[in-house]
Amino acid sequence: MKDIKKVLLIGSGPIIIGQAAEFDYSGSQALKALKEEGVKTVLINSNPATIQTDSDMADSVYIEPLTLDFVEKVIEKEKPDGILSSLGGQTALNIVSELGEKGILEKHNVTVLGTPVSAIHACEDRDAFKQLLIKIGEPVLDSKAVNTVEDAKAYASEIGYPVVVRPAYTLGGSGGGIAHTTSELGKIAKKGITLSRISQVLIEKCVSGWKEVEYEVMRDSEDNCITICNMENFDPMGIHTGESIVVAPSQTLSDDDYQMLRTASIKIIRALGVEGGCNIQYGLDPKSKKYTIIEVNPRVSRSSALASKATGYPIALITTKIAIGKTLAEIPNPITQDTSASFEPALDYIVVKIPRWPFEKFRFASCELGTEMRSTGEVMSIGRTFEEALIKAICSLDVKRKGFETTGEKNPKRLKRLLRTPTHKRLFYIADAFRNGFTLEEIHEITQIDRWFLEKIQNILNSKQEKQNVCFKMVDTCAAEFEAKTPYYYSTEGTETETTPTDKKKVLILGAGPIRIGQGIEFDYCTVHAVWALREEGVETIILNNNPETVSTDYDTADKLYFEPVDFEHVMNVIREEKPTGVITQFGGQTAVNLSLPLKKAGVNIIGTSPENMDLSEDRDKFTKILNKLKIPQAENGIAHNLEDAKKITEKLGYPVLVRPSYVLGGRAMEIIHEEGQLESYIREAVSVSENQPILIDKFLQNAIEVDVDCVCDGKEVLIGGIMEHIEEAGIHSGDSSCVVPPQTLSSQVIEKIKEYTRKLAIEMGVIGLMNMQYAVKDDVVYVLESNPRSSRTVPFISKATNIPIAKLTAKTLIGKTLKELGYTEEMPKHVSVKSVVFPFNKIPGSDSRLGPEMKSTGESMGIADNFAEAFYKAQLGAGIQLPDSGRVFFAVRDQDKDQISDIARSFKELGFAIAAVGRTSKILRVDGVKNRKILKCSQGYPNIVDMINNEGIQLVINTPTRGEVASKDGYKIRRACISKKVPCITTLAGAKVALEAIKRNRENTFGIKSLKEYYAE
Amino acid sequence: MGDKIRLVLEDGTVYEGYPFGARKDIVAEVVFNTAMTGYQESITDPSYHRQILTQTYPIIGNYGINKESFEGSKIWASGMIVHSLCNVPSHYRSTKTLDEFLKEHNVPGIHGIDTRALAIKIRNKGTMIGKIVQDSKADIKKIIEELKSFDYANTDLVKDYAEIEYKNKKEIIHGKGNKLKLVMIDCGVKLSIVREMVKRNIEVTRVHPATSAEKILAMKPDGVHISNGPGNPEMISYALKTAKELIGKVPMHAICLGHGIIASACGGKNFKLKFGHRGGNHAVKNLKTGKVFVTSQNHSFCVDADSLKGTGLKVTEIDCNDQTVEAIEYESLPIFSTQYHPEARPGPYDKLDKFDRLVKMMEEGNK
Repeated sequence: MKDIKKVLLIGSGPIIIGQAAEFDYSGSQALKALKEEGVKTVLINSNPATIQTDSDMADSVYIEPLTLDFVEKVIEKEKPDGILSSLGGQTALNIVSELGEKGILEKHNVTVLGTPVSAIHACEDRDAFKQLLIKIGEPVLDSKAVNTVEDAKAYASEIGYPVVVRPAYTLGGSGGGIAHTTSELGKIAKKGITLSRISQVLIEKCVSGWKEVEYEVMRDSEDNCITICNMENFDPMGIHTGESIVVAPSQTLSDDDYQMLRTASIKIIRALGVEGGCNIQYGLDPKSKKYTIIEVNPRVSRSSALASKATGYPIALITTKIAIGKTLAEIPNPITQDTSASFEPALDYIVVKIPRWPFEKFRFASCELGTEMRSTGEVMSIGRTFEEALIKAICSLDVKRKGFETTGEKNPKRLKRLLRTPTHKRLFYIADAFRNGFTLEEIHEITQIDRWFLEKIQNILNSKQEKQNVCFKMVDTCAAEFEAKTPYYYSTEGTETETTPTDKKKVLILGAGPIRIGQGIEFDYCTVHAVWALREEGVETIILNNNPETVSTDYDTADKLYFEPVDFEHVMNVIREEKPTGVITQFGGQTAVNLSLPLKKAGVNIIGTSPENMDLSEDRDKFTKILNKLKIPQAENGIAHNLEDAKKITEKLGYPVLVRPSYVLGGRAMEIIHEEGQLESYIREAVSVSENQPILIDKFLQNAIEVDVDCVCDGKEVLIGGIMEHIEEAGIHSGDSSCVVPPQTLSSQVIEKIKEYTRKLAIEMGVIGLMNMQYAVKDDVVYVLESNPRSSRTVPFISKATNIPIAKLTAKTLIGKTLKELGYTEEMPKHVSVKSVVFPFNKIPGSDSRLGPEMKSTGESMGIADNFAEAFYKAQLGAGIQLPDSGRVFFAVRDQDKDQISDIARSFKELGFAIAAVGRTSKILRVDGVKNRKILKCSQGYPNIVDMINNEGIQLVINTPTRGEVASKDGYKIRRACISKKVPCITTLAGAKVALEAIKRNRENTFGIKSLKEYYAE
Repeated sequence: MGDKIRLVLEDGTVYEGYPFGARKDIVAEVVFNTAMTGYQESITDPSYHRQILTQTYPIIGNYGINKESFEGSKIWASGMIVHSLCNVPSHYRSTKTLDEFLKEHNVPGIHGIDTRALAIKIRNKGTMIGKIVQDSKADIKKIIEELKSFDYANTDLVKDYAEIEYKNKKEIIHGKGNKLKLVMIDCGVKLSIVREMVKRNIEVTRVHPATSAEKILAMKPDGVHISNGPGNPEMISYALKTAKELIGKVPMHAICLGHGIIASACGGKNFKLKFGHRGGNHAVKNLKTGKVFVTSQNHSFCVDADSLKGTGLKVTEIDCNDQTVEAIEYESLPIFSTQYHPEARPGPYDKLDKFDRLVKMMEEGNK
């Protein structure tokens, strides 16, 4: 073994489309593996919502931005011998590449462990990759790497359209696509070249219609190679594998097809010199033995997380052990414990993965699927037939489907078009096409989906729905050949069950299902903490979940794992089998919470806040009564069942108002309404969003400061985990807002009031467990906006900010411990933590980037420092937004901010920034002696503020919006431009002040780094 | 799905399922294979003679039956047990369904069986004799008695093979005119072994397994191969005798059953594994280099490592899971053999280089 004593692991940063929870899973496994081998560990990651950034997961955890600067700071301080690049997605791979190129690794004597940088280059540089394949005699498609649109067009006309554009060094196929014409190519190539780190795209002959097959391969430093599994895409080539329905193992490959590609995989991994896991994607001609290599990922990936869960083989763990010099034969198979890691898993079931898309969040976005990733997460299901697994996967999506219920589409012409254009709903249109007389052959002709899959869908439609016996089988990596020690189960039709329920006190914890906007990795974090806490208390834990990317579905997180849809029927199957003492739903987001009442009605013991009380806050009448009783203010409000109601209520309240359907997830369909026309069109849409549900109308508190609180209640006492002050204009969903802990502008009286209200409400509402409160503070009055008696997305952030493990404490209160016994106190931390967010707008064409009460962000970053300014700077940087060092600052402020704005602008000027402003703001500044350039509003012609941002004439935007000067429409156009140009956009005065301070401090280069343990020790 | 039929095991276990293939009863040893692909190669492999093959992969028949993937001249397995049978295959080479193929060869199958439960049973109790029973009224007690009298381990099953394959002929030549001459003592060879040899410029003369050493030597081969085949290697007395007489006179190579015969001929012993190794995922370790590779295996019997002491044979490769012998070679003579199937099919191609070694050994001669 290599003499490695300390290893730095690079995480993958905030969750974005194409890089989700799978890297928390792989990084956490890596840390575990290193610990097992006695190696000291250092982690850097900016994403607080991860298990891996828990302070005790590594010897030192740094929540810092994933930039060269900060990584080098960590290297300087920690002096690791080795660095792991292959477990933090494309982010980590790119950083390690750059560290290598810049000589930083050499300077600090850090060895890249596992896959060498040369292999990374060989995979990422499209031309080098092609040359390598040619050298080892593997087939490649006609292709050419180009750096200009002209070269792209010239080459495409040489090989003929359609062509695939693949940018070098981008994530999730970002910037790629299939071009059928010269003009399409022009657009795609331009975007791809811009997005590529080395301004390079590959123009490749398109083989759409071929089968797409993937292999997960492992190699150790002694050149031993094995394949973990292969996977076949339901959707043929042309759709990114992350966007495809995928099965494992392959279903339509004969043994020689299978072995041909397996052999090629081993040849390729050897030629590249990868050490650890690697993913290889192939196109396979459905009519011959011709194949082509599409892509190699020389690292663990989303696919490898799926393969790990699909086979039981922990790819990330083994990859890490290989990286520090262990060989496959030396490593035991952790599932069977008796056999070695150097064997290939044999499956005796079929796995189906379906991606989960966020299109319901983006009303006007294109739902077309292609070579770029747009899905935010995925579900996996296991069955003993494709039909069974497919239905279970559909149930897992949590899209109110139990199978192939009709979409309602009957028109053959439209169906034909809907089949031809792949979208998230195509699977269901296939069923409708069958129902409307299309033949299997016709559907195959149009979709190019293999007949085998289509025939199975036809089987499902033809079969009678009979009540089946359900039994549970084990995932054991070896198709029952050896006895397995890890209890990882799935349900299937049959009678011989393999589970062995114990008589112990045991708790079933429901997971949150696929990652989606509004229900992200945070809930998995809570689920895992709950499991750990209960295990500490000697309670047997059982997890039920279906998300293959997560730590909660790792084989050794809970005592038992059931890989099942989180829906009533499947949950009840497990309850009948295991007879748990109780079931916990409050950690699994709305998906699990929504099951509380039905489960209780079925006689299940729901532990914690009663399902009735969980619903209390959703029942506006009852909730208002409680608030009145406790004398807690609330914005004036009303409930409307129809448009007439709504108009009347709004007239009384006065615009603007906040409207939403009752029962919402992540602020879905919530909107701020400024005038009657908007109200009318909203009601038409909202009612169609959730039928038979009234809408809630609140007076919108303009210019208020919003506050989030997470607390735990044991029924008698309340522990406040932390108070988060938003540094974003009011009215933006709390999940999309930046916030700071501890609060920076709230008076101690206000803070005490917030605590008092929180305590009173938790007790009054009978909360046992977690509760999230949202308040608005205006003129020192604290108004309650919302109360959610369950885990919230801020739990991991607040836990890291305050070092109070509230999810764990909650789990312990749920089994009867009192907060007093657990002994935590509410101390304000000395350090400051800021949360920033990242948005998927550039990944979803046509998406409306307007921020509002409906959540749209996919992930978050955390900045932690001794002061607000540095924490803010780091959080922004972690989210990919660099505060500028020079350039031009744009101002547009509302009237009540005008007294303070000139001082701020003057300070920017003193730092050498140019100042620009619109209309009245410009005048105010001029009167106060701050010279500035007057810029047009969007409505005033060209060039206006948005043009300036797009032309890189503005480096920082300070826009505290109000209806008046910059109308909300302008505000959102500005914001949109800022997001696409990565220009920081600040919407409050507090934010403006802190940005100014941060820029000053950055000049002085005072930014230090500390590990979480160091912060906590202060 | 129609009427139900039964699978009865010697311990009295009865599984109900649905018929496919031929509608006839069959008694044989019930084994399971964990490979996820390759059912056509497996059932046409003569080593499965007198065995009912259970595929642990639950969906079988997906890519149909083609003209190329034959490992023997017919279906040699006695029967087939699958969970979910695919009757609408999808593959450009497919010419018929698995069901049609079994019907054509008069071999019965049963589907709708919980093959995982069956595999666990076999894993725990060891390989068992079983019967596919078509008559739903048949008396189970009687069937169990019948099963008890069936002896798989102590029967010469190669004889059956030879009676069929060498009914009207003495030898079968492949790659006629190729440079190197090899005589194959054909105990039930998988055709991919022959194909790998022919590919490497070897002329393969397959002969009846009872062909004498004298006759073989008279053919002046560059090497002799003892092939795979069904059953217990120690039951094939005539081949054992031939092997003994050939050792030291000609370079020798063997696979699977042949490997057991060589070990036995040199004085070693074979024993029956509890439920055998059958699959395409078994890792094997080379004791000299420490390297591991993944192999295709199909064996009930195994060479006893301790029994090789003093025989001149040494163990060169072992199974990573249970450490049993997977390859041996003679210390001072050009003789080597593997328990696993380097020709793969079904299974991984990691050890095709064994055939290159064979070529080298034959070229170097009996040094």
